[in-house]
Amino acid sequence: MRPEWNEFVAGKWDKEINVRDFIQRNYTPYDGDESFLAPATQNTKDLWAQVLDLQKKEREAGGVLDMDTKVVSTITSHGPGYLDKDKETIVGFQTDKPFKRSLQPYGGIRMAEKACADNGYEVDPEISEFFSTHRKTHNAGCFDAYNPEMRACRSSHIITGLPDAYGRGRIIGDYRRVALYGIDRLIEDKLEQKESTGRVMTDDVIRLREEISEQIVALKMMKEMAASYGCDISKPAANVQEAIQWTYFGYLCSVKEQNGAAMSLGRTSTFLDCYAQRDLKNGVFTEEQIQEFVDHFIMKLRCVKFARTPEYNQIFAGDPVWVTESLGGVGVDGRPLVTKMSFRYLHTLTNLGASPEPNLTVLWSTRLPENWKKYCAKMSIQSSSIQYENDDLMRVTHGDDYGIACCVSSMVIGKEMQFFGARANVAKCLLYALNGGVDEVTKKQVGPKYRPVTGDVLDYDDVMDKFIDMLEWQADVYVNTLNIIHYMHDKYCYERAEMALHDRDVKRYFATGVAGLSIVADSLSAIKYAKVEPIRDEDGIIVDFKTTGDFPKYGNDDDRVDSIAQEVVHKFMTAIRRHHTYRNGIPTTSILTITSNVTYGKATGNTPDGRRKGQPFAPGANPMHGRDTHGAVASLSSVSKLPFNDAQDGISNTFTIIPGALGKEDQVFSGDLELDLNK
Amino acid sequence: MEGRIHSLESFGTVDGPGVRFVVFVQGCPMRCAYCHNPDTWAMTGGTMMKPEEIIEQYKRNESFYKGGGITVTGGEPLMQIDFVTELFTLAKSMNIHTCLDTSGIAFNRSNAPLLEKFDKLMTVTDLVMLDIKHIDPEKHLELTSQHNENILDFCKYLDEKNVDMWIRHVVVPGLTDDDVYLDRLGYFIGQFKNLKALDVLPYHTMGEKKYESLGMTYKLHGVPAMDKTTVIEKKKVILEGIKRRRAEQV
Repeated sequence: MRPEWNEFVAGKWDKEINVRDFIQRNYTPYDGDESFLAPATQNTKDLWAQVLDLQKKEREAGGVLDMDTKVVSTITSHGPGYLDKDKETIVGFQTDKPFKRSLQPYGGIRMAEKACADNGYEVDPEISEFFSTHRKTHNAGCFDAYNPEMRACRSSHIITGLPDAYGRGRIIGDYRRVALYGIDRLIEDKLEQKESTGRVMTDDVIRLREEISEQIVALKMMKEMAASYGCDISKPAANVQEAIQWTYFGYLCSVKEQNGAAMSLGRTSTFLDCYAQRDLKNGVFTEEQIQEFVDHFIMKLRCVKFARTPEYNQIFAGDPVWVTESLGGVGVDGRPLVTKMSFRYLHTLTNLGASPEPNLTVLWSTRLPENWKKYCAKMSIQSSSIQYENDDLMRVTHGDDYGIACCVSSMVIGKEMQFFGARANVAKCLLYALNGGVDEVTKKQVGPKYRPVTGDVLDYDDVMDKFIDMLEWQADVYVNTLNIIHYMHDKYCYERAEMALHDRDVKRYFATGVAGLSIVADSLSAIKYAKVEPIRDEDGIIVDFKTTGDFPKYGNDDDRVDSIAQEVVHKFMTAIRRHHTYRNGIPTTSILTITSNVTYGKATGNTPDGRRKGQPFAPGANPMHGRDTHGAVASLSSVSKLPFNDAQDGISNTFTIIPGALGKEDQVFSGDLELDLNK
Repeated sequence: MEGRIHSLESFGTVDGPGVRFVVFVQGCPMRCAYCHNPDTWAMTGGTMMKPEEIIEQYKRNESFYKGGGITVTGGEPLMQIDFVTELFTLAKSMNIHTCLDTSGIAFNRSNAPLLEKFDKLMTVTDLVMLDIKHIDPEKHLELTSQHNENILDFCKYLDEKNVDMWIRHVVVPGLTDDDVYLDRLGYFIGQFKNLKALDVLPYHTMGEKKYESLGMTYKLHGVPAMDKTTVIEKKKVILEGIKRRRAEQV
């Protein structure tokens, strides 16, 4: 074994690239409490003060402090950047200085130009010329291939948020591989992979061989980039500081080259804890030092920035990076994957304060250690910065080394990836069904000229029939549009750094999404259980509804309407599954528009459930605001009835509660059970 | 038999231990000045429901209520004591933790048939959360339009029956925050061995809106909400009273 691996238990991992095997053989589960954690060091405080100051300046400057307009960002395009070199234990920025946003035109030159222009910068004319004339972008490729119907659907927002002008993201490199194996071993592996491809040069084989070559280039560039910071990552990391640094370098390379809709980190904490345990045991580092490394690492993740347009920020409600890191969970052998490092990650919320990034995500299982559960709850109350996901549900499909990309998309690290697919607006689809494909806002014929509904009262069976037909059409145009997008993204904006940290044969999920589910469920319920009269305008287009009587509303644990929601999800997914998907991606759907529900609402007319034109949709799979009148459990129960099998990319429910109403930590409100009255 | 139900809350976090399924019954004889559920006062209205229907709703989401259970509040549950008894009997047959949130107003030891009903209810009640509005008889009458004699006697009764009891007390600035009375309250409840917890709640003004929308006058208009730090102090006063009584009893 290599000297860097001294004391580690050998296994499959030292013969093949297999990080999970390394973790399983070497990690130390921790079921204690948080009392071992160390506070922020003076250096950490100083550096964080610097970051806060930069954040303030950035806000004052209107959202952007500095942008690169000349240098196209690649792994090696920029020299090293620092906050304060002497104080930083983990180093590396996307460009040569903190808070300077990089120029990434491969997704689309117009988007890059606009991002600059909207923030008061101008892309170097030579760059613009080059990417308009000599080098095609992903965006240009998509529009070359789109047909008129796709363009019409795009402008009317019946399919929307498509990643055709920006990076699709949602791919997580196994950044841990850099630390465990070092780049040289990874290159060796990639060379072997290239040798192992099929010998008949079909399209697929040619593409794969070209991609692996790109990956090897990226790996070599990673070494060069790290060397500019004085680190030799050709070899494995030898201690926990190096392991964090190497892992971060891997991630940094991906955000230097990809401005993706979500650039997630993976599941690194328990891996890194193997190194921390070894160093603590051998007296290489103290707990305080290790916490300092983690604090500095997380600080760097909080400084990841992209050049984006105001429209982009509107879709995503801000400027999120979605540096999602998955923590905890339980292994398939039943041992919780919670380690001291899991605590250290959450502890950064204390040492550095609350923050939405990185998106710390706890993989929740009923079998997690009690101390960890308590600490998570405590930190949630303190910071409101922790996301929770159901490990017991996802472990069944993905095992115990998966991570979350963005907010809910699960994938096995280094073995699975996703083609991100934005959403189909099913609420609008319902209106198209009523109006025979005519858009209720623009009055244009966007969808097929099916027969519109006639008569003065909507009939449930008639509407449902028409809706399912329209849904089939929507799925068809949607999947085909995505096929073009992902073809072009692979061709013109390939994620070579992230894919270099994947196996050769990657399982690809072909993600789609649904927006407006609760509106459709309530609308159909209104049509079924109340009386809904359509109101037509002078052109005979239904633009409003008169609803008489009450009807069951999704979010109250009422099967009469919840079953409609289930049916819609199932029908949509069935329609999606019937199509050919690019690179034989496995089709999935999500119901998780956490932020873009506002924008989608703007583009959608009045709906039969009583929602007015322009009003926001409910986020994700949430019931419409204010309609869940039976309390949180009933509301959650409606959501939890949605079939996960038909929405494997995730179902989200946004749940807000005032901390006081949850009690216990807040001594005033709590039933004070532990109170010893006899004292 | 059917109960007159105001509403059901599937996620109660402050009405007893754990996450609870909360049944709000319709109807209450008290007219507490700071009541934030005036819509539950009327003895008419609401929805008629059978215990089986309520338990069925509970069972649907049972997994949420591990460590919790069912709480009946209101309104005043004891105004429908037969219904509550039937509901709790059914709940206990399924090992569901039962909690009664009451003002104790309907209790009357001298009424033998009624007492028998209470005896029966207590065999299926795991916990009583008793809201003592004021320890002083006159102040109590002023605040709630009812006497507190039977309420205080209800504490004794619960102690005799060995039913766990949480005492709740809402601290309203100028009305129920006088240290003299708080100490007296503590001294009074300190005698009971079944007292398991003390819940001191700061008065809030969120109820006022409801009065407005119901077209009712809000007696405490202009009284500010109680701040949390003061409430912690007030709680200590009650605790001191409890300790004094317990020291005497040793």
